[in-house]
Amino acid sequence: MIKKRIIPCLDVMDGVVVKGIQFKGLREIGNPVDLAKRYNALGADELVFLDISATETGHALMLDVIRQTAKELFIPMTIGGGIQSVSDISALLGAGADKVSLNSAALRNPDLISEASEKFGSQCICIAIDAKWDEEKQDWFCYTHGGKQATDIRTLDWVKRVEALGAGELLVTSMDYDGMQQGFDHKLLSLIQGMATIPVIASGGAGSADHFSDLFIETNVSAGLAASIFHDEDVSIQEVKDLCIQKGVPMRSV
Amino acid sequence: MIAIVDYGLGNIANLTNALEYLGYEVNITNKQDELEKADKIILPGVGHYKDAMNKIEELNLLPVLEKLKDTKPFIGICLGMQLLFEHSEEGNVRGLGYLPGTVKKITGNVAVPHLGWNKLNSTIPSLDDDVYFIHSFKVHTDQNVVATAEYDEDVVAIVQKESIVGIQFHPEKSGTKGLQILDQALKGGFTHD
Repeated sequence: MIKKRIIPCLDVMDGVVVKGIQFKGLREIGNPVDLAKRYNALGADELVFLDISATETGHALMLDVIRQTAKELFIPMTIGGGIQSVSDISALLGAGADKVSLNSAALRNPDLISEASEKFGSQCICIAIDAKWDEEKQDWFCYTHGGKQATDIRTLDWVKRVEALGAGELLVTSMDYDGMQQGFDHKLLSLIQGMATIPVIASGGAGSADHFSDLFIETNVSAGLAASIFHDEDVSIQEVKDLCIQKGVPMRSV
Repeated sequence: MIAIVDYGLGNIANLTNALEYLGYEVNITNKQDELEKADKIILPGVGHYKDAMNKIEELNLLPVLEKLKDTKPFIGICLGMQLLFEHSEEGNVRGLGYLPGTVKKITGNVAVPHLGWNKLNSTIPSLDDDVYFIHSFKVHTDQNVVATAEYDEDVVAIVQKESIVGIQFHPEKSGTKGLQILDQALKGGFTHD
């Protein structure tokens, strides 16, 4: 039976792992290669690196991080953040990324999804969607630039479109739930997984091990992603997995 | 020396990393004399079946692969495993035809691609761990099957016929256990006594 995946996400800026503290600033928390190895030892099923560098030099440092990590770590790695073109994707995959996640660039230029999936295979093209509920319009809409810019694209329309264009996986962040640590947005995630045949990674809202087991019991998503609760060691990946197994959710044993 | 057949398809950076981590020397090549000099051959691949067969034919690799498949450990990984079979409905094309069987899209009440960690089922006791799969098409065969995984219906995960081994999952992405399986495949495989 296929296992549900637990995925820690590492935000990397200029080659160093950082984490946002309620938008007030960023604090350096470590060497990405060391952190990746630590998460691997703890039982992470996959790693996501989100490159939040603002400069070309920063993106180049990300390539070094991937190269170093890929030489020592043999679990899947997804890289997102700032990816604009087929040549960016080519450089990341060549450095050792297994998948790339596209967000803003795909919304601006949806053809990038079909070009990339034809060239590299759909399995390595993950589409990241930042979704926020609009009370007035009574629907979810997609946001770009790390959730800073609204678009007029309805999230559920976008899901159908990206799947048709050749996306291999979705990474869905509920902006309404993100940072609240009150659990995942089951309603949105169930709707999306219900209409997509490709796997969905859920993101936004994890605050405890229960939130992961609830996610997998109440929705059909394939994976749960979190950053801060794992970095702060509020909850360990092992605790999450133990609880999920106890509740009958299939998990990879380490 | 291990030769990874370079036919321009797929991401072989991590396969190379894994082989080097295991202590092997790696040569990524599509030159006939270099392939013949290698001790072992890996046919990698990610992407579209028809593109892969077209590239292999364009590079005139069919005669050398045909010759080497019986004389050296010859390992197909992911799409590389699927190419070992007779036909794929992905592009409706003939494969290399080294093993009996066909390749068809995964169907049923499951997400496609089959993506993530899934447990191997095998009569070989060492092949019982979770390994990382990512594929949308699967092999249909009732011969040479060494291991399967359950995904609605069974997915053929490892095949072997003498020197030819096929691995559907990504051993280079399946942690420590995956590296062991890759090493074992290169050292003669799973079915010899």
